[in-house]
Amino acid sequence: MDLGPFLLLATLEGLLQAAVLTLTALGLSLVFGVMRIVNVAHGEFYMLGAVIAWWTASLLSSNPAAGFFLALVISPLLVGAIAYACERLILKRLEYDPEATIVATIGMLYVIQQTVLIAYGPDAHPVEAPFFFRVQFPWFGYSGYNLFVIAAAIALLGLCWYILTKTRLGLIMRATQFDRETAQAFGIPIGKVYGYVFAAGAMLAAIAAVLIVPIRQAHYLMGLDPLLLSFIVVIIGGLGSLRGTVIAALIIGLSDGIISVFFSPTLAKMISTLLVALVLVFKPQGLFGARAR
Amino acid sequence: MTAPSFTKAAGLHLLVIMSLFVLQFVLPAYHHLAITRIMVLAVFAMGYNLLFGYAGLLSLGHALFFAAGLYGAGLTAYHLGWSVPAAFVAGTGSGFLASLLIGLISLRTSGVAFMIVTMMFAQVSYLASLYFTTYTRGDEGLVMPQAARRFELFGANFDLTDPTVRYNIALALLTLTTVVIFAIVRGTTGRTLVAIRENEPRTLMLGYDTFRIKLKALVISGTLSAMAGSAYALLFAYVGSSFASIQYSIDALLFTLLGGAGTVLGPLLGTFAMFYMIDIASEYTAAYLLITGLALIALVLFFPKGIVGTIRERWVSWLP
Repeated sequence: MDLGPFLLLATLEGLLQAAVLTLTALGLSLVFGVMRIVNVAHGEFYMLGAVIAWWTASLLSSNPAAGFFLALVISPLLVGAIAYACERLILKRLEYDPEATIVATIGMLYVIQQTVLIAYGPDAHPVEAPFFFRVQFPWFGYSGYNLFVIAAAIALLGLCWYILTKTRLGLIMRATQFDRETAQAFGIPIGKVYGYVFAAGAMLAAIAAVLIVPIRQAHYLMGLDPLLLSFIVVIIGGLGSLRGTVIAALIIGLSDGIISVFFSPTLAKMISTLLVALVLVFKPQGLFGARAR
Repeated sequence: MTAPSFTKAAGLHLLVIMSLFVLQFVLPAYHHLAITRIMVLAVFAMGYNLLFGYAGLLSLGHALFFAAGLYGAGLTAYHLGWSVPAAFVAGTGSGFLASLLIGLISLRTSGVAFMIVTMMFAQVSYLASLYFTTYTRGDEGLVMPQAARRFELFGANFDLTDPTVRYNIALALLTLTTVVIFAIVRGTTGRTLVAIRENEPRTLMLGYDTFRIKLKALVISGTLSAMAGSAYALLFAYVGSSFASIQYSIDALLFTLLGGAGTVLGPLLGTFAMFYMIDIASEYTAAYLLITGLALIALVLFFPKGIVGTIRERWVSWLP
């Protein structure tokens, strides 16, 4: 057997992984960057996104494409609303104390996960892909939908980059991140910004989940893996750095895809987890992060 | 603190240990086993609390130390046929080494980074327990053979299938842990730990080697957790990957928060309350983790000092 086809397949799988991971990690990074809190429930917002997508799509099961695109709109909106409510009801009242918010988001993780278990059940459910076509490579055909996911992720990243760097909204977020007190003095409603940023972070995770759900099914325990991988990406890339997040997601996604294909998924996770712990110890600001102020 | 407060505090702890000793004669079989389990888990939570409650270091990776003890004792007993005391020492010893190594690396970070680093290391150990499935049997786990459950020490024979023996071993470990923690927190080390928790730069400025003191706390905490893990493997004859999962680190945090971080008896009370809360809840729903989640949120929002912490603040200021 040739190495070529394996390597190409592993690269494509890795790119897919990286695309979804970038969106999820970007949500985590945004929340950490602006609000300085670690959202342990981030993976559960991802899971909620997938489960709500299944629910939406099953309402319109006669037309898979319409069901999918409806899910792509409704799921992030619902998840965003839930996240906003969590932020206002819980995190705000903790005054964003780092340790208390971690404990509270761990609590949110369990509450969301178990509520979904009760309402949705322990089985995994698939969502039908909106379209089918195969892209023929020299050795094998590859799902066109997977390539669409990669393209969609790139487009969304472009949009995020535009919003963060070119619009007034992005300016407000960056001002809040840079200096909370001064931003407040200039009349920026910090509380509102925090609520929206937290919701936006969760929405990014939900979008990633809707995109992946036709490939991997929706399951109530699916949140842990993306959470840990997002942590890894955000830390290696440098907290709050958009460029770092994208590059780290590419590295982790590709290496995870390749090591998983050639060796074992467990080994791939062990290596990347160990890597991140060491990056955090020896280069706490990450590869591209600014020094902690 | 003054001498009378020391007598009162020591007396209270003695009273708790004594009542646990008396309790075994009146408990029905189910609760007898439950309390045995609670005492072992409380050793874990008390070890955790030394680091979190007194030194103010929030670790999300203590399952690693518990699992180091669990596997250190379990694997040596299962594969090498070591006797119970030898396996216990091996388990506790591996926890000591693991906490020393992890401490040297992870204490270079602080705050949020420390939580994530400890969590990452624990996750690596969990994945490793799944990866080396030939020896550990992963999620399915190992069940200790009968032969590994009897031992002889100082001429006396012990049979770990006997509930009374198990109860008293667990009580002995709990007593040892209580004495160690009590001695530490009433002594200089405990004072310095609290100083680090409240203001590390100032403690450093006063001339204390804070890294060394934090490392000491982490090693004692990790070793106690490993001791609980070893005892768990040997007493209940089961070793499995689930004990290395993040869930277990969070349990230790939860028990400590509920009982009261930074109090000697808090973790014991927290383990007790949480154990029975989940026990009762699981009669009604399989999703008992919902209770865990709600408890965590409610605790940080409305009850950050926990049960014993609140009692100390309001009524009995002499509690250590």
